[in-house]
Amino acid sequence: MKHTAPTHDFEPKIIAFVCTWCTYAGADLAGTSRMQYPSNVRVLKFPCTGRIDPVFILKAFQQGADGVLVSGCHPGDCHYIAGNFHARRRFAVFRKLLEFIGVDLKRLQFSWVSAAEGGKWVEVVTDLTVKVRAMGPMTEFKELAMEEQWSGAINTPELQEAYNAI
Amino acid sequence: MSRIGVFICHCGENISRTVDVERVALEVGKLPGVSFSTDYKYMCSDPGQNLLKKAIQEQKLTHIVVAACSPRMHEKTFRKAVEAAGLNPYLCEMANIREHCSWVHENREEATVKATEIVGMMVERVKKNRVLPTITVPVTKRSLVIGGGIAGIQAALDIADCGHEVILVEREPSIGGHMAQLSETFPTLDCSQCIMTPKMVDVANHPKIKLYTYSEIELVEGYIGNFQVTIKKRARSVDEDKCTGCGVCMTKCPQKKIPNKFDQNIGMRTAIYVPFPQAVPNTPVIDRDNCTWYKTGKCGVCQKVCGPGAVDFEQQDKLIVEAVGAIVVATGFDLYSIDEKPKGSPIKGYGEFGHGKIPDVIDGMTFERLASASGPTGGKILRPSDGKEPKQIVFIQCIGSRAREKGISYCSKVCCMYTAKHTMLYHHKVHDGQAYVFFMDARTPGKSYDEFWRRSIEEEEAVYIRGMVSRLYQKGDKIVVMGSDIAVGVQVEIEADMVVLATAVQPQKGAELLAQKLGISYDKYNFYSEAHAKLRPVECATAGIYLAGACQGPKDIPETVSQASAAAAKVMTLFSKDQLEREPIVARVKESGCVGCFACKKVCAYGAVEEKEIRDRQGNLIKTVAFVNPGVCAGCGTCQATCPSKSVELDGYTDEQVIAMIEAL
Ligand SMILES: Cc1cc2nc3c(=O)[nH]c(=O)nc-3n(C[C@H](O)[C@H](O)[C@H](O)COP(=O)(O)OP(=O)(O)OC[C@H]3O[C@@H](n4cnc5c(N)ncnc54)[C@H](O)[C@@H]3O)c2cc1C
Ligand code: SF4
Ligand code: SF4
Repeated sequence: MKHTAPTHDFEPKIIAFVCTWCTYAGADLAGTSRMQYPSNVRVLKFPCTGRIDPVFILKAFQQGADGVLVSGCHPGDCHYIAGNFHARRRFAVFRKLLEFIGVDLKRLQFSWVSAAEGGKWVEVVTDLTVKVRAMGPMTEFKELAMEEQWSGAINTPELQEAYNAI
Repeated sequence: MSRIGVFICHCGENISRTVDVERVALEVGKLPGVSFSTDYKYMCSDPGQNLLKKAIQEQKLTHIVVAACSPRMHEKTFRKAVEAAGLNPYLCEMANIREHCSWVHENREEATVKATEIVGMMVERVKKNRVLPTITVPVTKRSLVIGGGIAGIQAALDIADCGHEVILVEREPSIGGHMAQLSETFPTLDCSQCIMTPKMVDVANHPKIKLYTYSEIELVEGYIGNFQVTIKKRARSVDEDKCTGCGVCMTKCPQKKIPNKFDQNIGMRTAIYVPFPQAVPNTPVIDRDNCTWYKTGKCGVCQKVCGPGAVDFEQQDKLIVEAVGAIVVATGFDLYSIDEKPKGSPIKGYGEFGHGKIPDVIDGMTFERLASASGPTGGKILRPSDGKEPKQIVFIQCIGSRAREKGISYCSKVCCMYTAKHTMLYHHKVHDGQAYVFFMDARTPGKSYDEFWRRSIEEEEAVYIRGMVSRLYQKGDKIVVMGSDIAVGVQVEIEADMVVLATAVQPQKGAELLAQKLGISYDKYNFYSEAHAKLRPVECATAGIYLAGACQGPKDIPETVSQASAAAAKVMTLFSKDQLEREPIVARVKESGCVGCFACKKVCAYGAVEEKEIRDRQGNLIKTVAFVNPGVCAGCGTCQATCPSKSVELDGYTDEQVIAMIEAL
């Protein structure tokens, strides 16, 4: 697999999956307080982090996201009683899976940002953007996307090795 | 094919200052499916909304995206406008290009690109939006009130006075709660019984109130407007319909030395008893653990002397189901256990202060019983150990409260005031006595409160010592209290005859179990949580359930009563309609795909997922699938992300909609 060397004129694409009650509201607060942060992030709103299917994260990477942020209410503050606990458990397992398939976990960030934490939202988004910008574009999944279509256009040494092993 | 209309708002200059709105309108106008796009100075204004409505009609638009402020601000506004123009309101989405874009980015180019992408994403989403029907549910106009302290009593009376039936459930044999135990009440020193008992009698006589005492909530099912509550009515061993309340049984019962919990265990009662003379209902109950008949099968004196034949040793617990539309939770508080570390609790006790070991170290509630004219000493302040009048008395505030190292960081709110009250009552009753108070601060905000506290010092001669007590021990028949006066910077030592600890106000033991039955949330101390600390202080996040009194946090009587009336007003608001409308963001099961694993049922915190049998025409069971009750579902979507066969979908947040948005990026 090829890795693009980190470059400073690269602007990463960051997708954020957030719950409406805490983090979305926190991001709104950052806005009403006129705080500034990098414009790389695109926000998708969900009722609860409990609704966020790990498939969405894979899909985001596949669609060219270089970093993904998942953020909801602090443990114990879930608007829906316990949705964020289910989410946390689900993502704990999912991270392992991602790691196994070779995604650098630094590209996937989980955080709790409450409706009162406009500043924390800015911090989380800025940190992730800076980190991912330094890492360079995410290439692995874009290739897999094509591989899924059996284009046959890609043949990395890793894939070859995998084929041989079967 | 969809005909999407996109409306980009300038928000005065709030958006247009950093976002080139005209360019955004132009760019998104090129997206497939978009047949109309424009920008306008103020979309939310009347002319803005009219522009939207007119375009829907003239351009025959099928879906709408309004790019403006946060949907948390104006989603309702625009959905209403869209509905007025004849479209289903859920075919309208907002793109947040103000809070999430123009206000947080300065670079005009970057902000314009981002805004275009945000709008593009919402365009793709709205294409997948479906018409959603407004969900209406009927309202049962009866209310349940749990807990018969002053909070529950006030809420029950207010609701009943509006003409709606109330089911009041109280765990103890009588209603009244802690207020019935109090002697006189700050800040006016009126006698608690005198203001409380008439209200208790009103409850007993109210034609709209059905009272279940000695009863508990067993099970709560259903949802706002439609709860089914199972109440366990414990066996009293006395038939309430036959009993006349004459009290003969209690005078004859041979078991006379049972500590009375109502008197903080310093007074005694019989095995067949009412906790206090003004109890409502005035029907005795037999404490089976201490009754000779239940222990040995002999005695039965009460049964023999009871004229109307009300005593029934065979009585059983009964389960009763009641249908209600709203629930007020008013289960009140408990006092911090100072004897030792309570089992299974992160809270540390105050064993070092000798409570439970030194008989004359008592808590504030015990002092209330001593000072109460109807209490075990007839209102005289006497030491539990030897019945002598204490001439030197020490009050220690903040026992448990504001002590992070003991597990509680909050202030119990009432102790400063009731300790001031205690020093006054003491001075009124023991003229030659001296009261000392160890305190951290005096927290006395509230109407006439600080004046009251000052009076205890200036007129009633209480000596306030700022500082905490470090040690306390018995010496002969005295209790030596050692502490420091940090205001003066000296050590103090007082030989006291009695010590009163102002122990922290805590939730009822087992409060979390009731919360779990109700599906309401609670904080780390087990106080019940309101939906919003400021703007929704009496509602729970769970619709149709309201909070009143000290179960939500420490409170004095005026605050408790205000909150109870507020909760009643909320119940009345709910009851003012026959049908309830709610957002149709609910989960739906695709029965063909459902494999009946019920993973969804396990994760649903609201119990919205039910099991439904599918049968063929002959009535043979084909399979059992999940069914989401739309009245109960809160719309979190946890079930959908959990379902392994992707057979449950949250309307408004379907996989299709989400994937469309991701693909747009
Ligand atoms: C020592 C002391 C002195 C005080 N003095 C004053 C004063 O002078 N002035 C003043 O304004 N305030 C005073 N207060 C505060 C006052 O006691 C409270 O504000 C008031 O009692 C709160 O009422 P409540 O109805 O919320 O709770 P409670 O009085 O605790 O009533 C709750 C009721 O619910 C019942 N219950 C609990 N759990 C359940 C269940 N699961 N099912 C059914 N029923 C249940 C309980 O048995 C009880 O009857 C004092 C408090 C203390 C501790
Ligand atoms: S049980 Fe019988 S004796 Fe006791 S109070 Fe009732 S009527 Fe009187
Ligand atoms: S969306 Fe949430 S509340 Fe509704 S059924 Fe699913 S898990 Fe329960």
